Amino acid sequence: MKKSERVAGNVASYIDDRTGAAGWAKKNLTKVFPDHWSFMLGEIALYSFIILLLSGTFLTFWFDPSQQEVIYNGTYAPLSHVSMSASYASTLHISFDVRGGLLMRQIHHWAALIFMAAIVVHLLRVFFTGAFRKPREANWLIGIGLLTLGIVEGFLGYSLPDDLLSGTGIRIAEAIIQAIPVVGSYLSFFAFGGAFPGHVFIPRIYIVHVLLLPGIFLALITVHLMLVWYQKHTQYPGPGRKETNVVGYPLMPVYMAKAGGFFFIVFGVTAFLGAVASINPIWLYGPYTPGQISAGSQPDWYMGWLDGLVRMAPPLETHAFGHTISWNILIPGLIIPGILFTGMALYPFIESWMSRDNREHHLLDRPRNVPNRTALGAMSLSFMIISLANGGNDIIATHFHLTINGIMWFTRFGLFIVPPIVFIITKRICLSLQRADREIVLHGRETGRLVMTPEGEFLEVHEELTPEKKWTLTQHEQPAALTAPSEDANGTRSKAGIKGKVRARMSEAHVEQITSPTATEAHELEGGHH
Amino acid sequence: MSNEVTRFQDPGLPEHAHRKSDHDAIAANRAERQVAILFLLSAVGTIGTIASYILIDSKKFIYLPILGDTNAQQLALGTGLAASLFFIGIAAVHWAKTLMPDQEVIAERHEFRSSDEDRADFVTTVKERAGAAGLGRRSLIKRTMGVALGLIGLSPLVLLRDLGPLPKNDLSTTDWSAGVRLVTDPGDRPIKPSDLEVGAVAQVLPALPQGTERTLENIGKDAVLLIRIRPEEFNLDAERLSWTHDGIIAFSKICSHMGCAVALYEQQTKHLLCPCHQSTFDVTRAAKVIFGPAARPLPQLALTLDSEGYLVAKQGFTEPIGPSFWERNSA
Repeated sequence: MKKSERVAGNVASYIDDRTGAAGWAKKNLTKVFPDHWSFMLGEIALYSFIILLLSGTFLTFWFDPSQQEVIYNGTYAPLSHVSMSASYASTLHISFDVRGGLLMRQIHHWAALIFMAAIVVHLLRVFFTGAFRKPREANWLIGIGLLTLGIVEGFLGYSLPDDLLSGTGIRIAEAIIQAIPVVGSYLSFFAFGGAFPGHVFIPRIYIVHVLLLPGIFLALITVHLMLVWYQKHTQYPGPGRKETNVVGYPLMPVYMAKAGGFFFIVFGVTAFLGAVASINPIWLYGPYTPGQISAGSQPDWYMGWLDGLVRMAPPLETHAFGHTISWNILIPGLIIPGILFTGMALYPFIESWMSRDNREHHLLDRPRNVPNRTALGAMSLSFMIISLANGGNDIIATHFHLTINGIMWFTRFGLFIVPPIVFIITKRICLSLQRADREIVLHGRETGRLVMTPEGEFLEVHEELTPEKKWTLTQHEQPAALTAPSEDANGTRSKAGIKGKVRARMSEAHVEQITSPTATEAHELEGGHH
Repeated sequence: MSNEVTRFQDPGLPEHAHRKSDHDAIAANRAERQVAILFLLSAVGTIGTIASYILIDSKKFIYLPILGDTNAQQLALGTGLAASLFFIGIAAVHWAKTLMPDQEVIAERHEFRSSDEDRADFVTTVKERAGAAGLGRRSLIKRTMGVALGLIGLSPLVLLRDLGPLPKNDLSTTDWSAGVRLVTDPGDRPIKPSDLEVGAVAQVLPALPQGTERTLENIGKDAVLLIRIRPEEFNLDAERLSWTHDGIIAFSKICSHMGCAVALYEQQTKHLLCPCHQSTFDVTRAAKVIFGPAARPLPQLALTLDSEGYLVAKQGFTEPIGPSFWERNSA
């Protein structure tokens, strides 16, 4: 027996003697994980979170979350002897007087942007492949929770330095709180300990940013991963891949090496960005004061869509009975985001309801094979992109020599016109792709090789697909639409009848498909050739 | 031919294709060397990081194309750290891809649903146990428990009450009132009309009584923009015109939309633009909203001169400044 094997044996028995975990460990160390590049998106989010914990802890050693006024006397000469809050001064200290401090700040900020981007792209992957279906609805909800908290956590994080830009962001947040009917002014005064900006907001959001929310993140991420582990990962369809199996690599050693290695790659790339790509240069903005502002005020990208909606809102306010309701803030700032996130959270349940599908799904959908869902996703995405573009309308205007007014009017109309068009086009594209699949399965791949028959006729040689490829392109289910229950004996429509009709109509749209080719059809075609 | 439609069949997992390093010892050894080199590159990165921490002057800036002026030490630390991390990752992945077994394996998956028998047992157990607690029979307990649990959330809410004072009429008041002088910010100097040329714009604050410290909360409510244009350019009603002085007009600088500082003044068009959400106000028409999400003009501050010829407020603001709130009682 080699020495290394003996050591491994000793470690294993040490653990098992004290926990009896041998059976469990054996099963889990050989657990199978399917391999696909799109499964790494969630991993990027997880690793960015770890990077955030590490770099964030470093920053807390020097950051002073206080709005006490101090006079700056550090090395950054342009702000010398300027009165500012202790949190801004300590952020300058980290940036200029702590070796590696600026690097860590930039790593932290880049990691936050990557964290949010990875969550969003991971969510899109899960949506477009139908990975949210039973039994994974709970994990979808946890994911939505993480996305929502991520937006809040990111906003609080970049608000902490108390610079002119982030202070302006807090001012806007305060206006949103203040706009809430009936209790708005009270909530604002409680949050800020009195009139804006006060002296307590930074210390309060600091503890939320470094303790409360990270704690909730940790708990939710743990449950998220435990569910992935317990329910086993979904896999893409293909030869040998069934609803009843998982095909992939065992955790130990391949997956450990790949996933562990990937963590270091993500960290390395983030560190490189932190080294060379300047981000949030707070020393250029100056300390916050409510009377000043810089042009081109922009939130981080994951808040941009919200800012874009606020920017395009029509100037609507209601003044009645001695009260004011700001629709120009409530609609874009609270109501639309509320509808979007609720709809997103409910989607798995809506889809299972309208297709009466109560089965477990472990094989992913190819997005083209569920045109309605894919079109819905693309439509929502276009809505967000238009909002996001308007969030940067001032930057777009100066870079592309357009007028802000023009962009604003374009997005105001575009927000309603573009998404339906995107829906229709995406659905058509999906159906066309299905047609292309059908064509290629039945007639083979065009090789581009022309041959001349003895009769002088030119023909392009088609190459038959492999059985593996044929299976991959035809394995998906093609359910029929639900039929609406007919009117009852008296000819009256019951409430359930209307519900049933809505359901049947939704189901009809959901199952719209190009009929998948079968072996029988292929066989008949072949017969025709001879 | 039968009418039965047969689908394409699943050919099963394709046969495993071996890599070169699986059967070629030379290729395997080469892969091993590559992994080793990658690990060594990481080690070099770490040494480089430590060396730059000790050796590079932390105040030294160097000029690099694209990056511009960059702190040499931060850059060296970052690239060293990046290399030390990145190469470990690449090494591990390369190792896994070339030398670890790459045969895909199949694990069975089982439906989560338990057997009908187990499920029935489960339901029975729940019913039985719940019955043992007697909740169904003892409705008094059920109801009072509901009351107790329903109320318990209120205590933490009440305990949070001291987070801040009540707003009272704080959102509706400012430090401006009749006779208060306009002073420069920064500098706190009183202003005479002759200090402002036509086309000029200045941020001003109310002069505070001697001994009062100006806080950010004051500025957040009191900041005012003073603008001078030619008097004939005004397009105001008689009352608002009487609030100006010889072409000088004053507006709250706090945006009536979401409270940002409305700081961008375009001299040619006489428009004020809020950089946050691009609400645009026409100075000649009492800051009427001509574009963007703001629903109300910026409140105008009535101006006049005091006995010494300095600009003062004729009266306080006649409406609350800044963003709307529920108790705001004017259009």
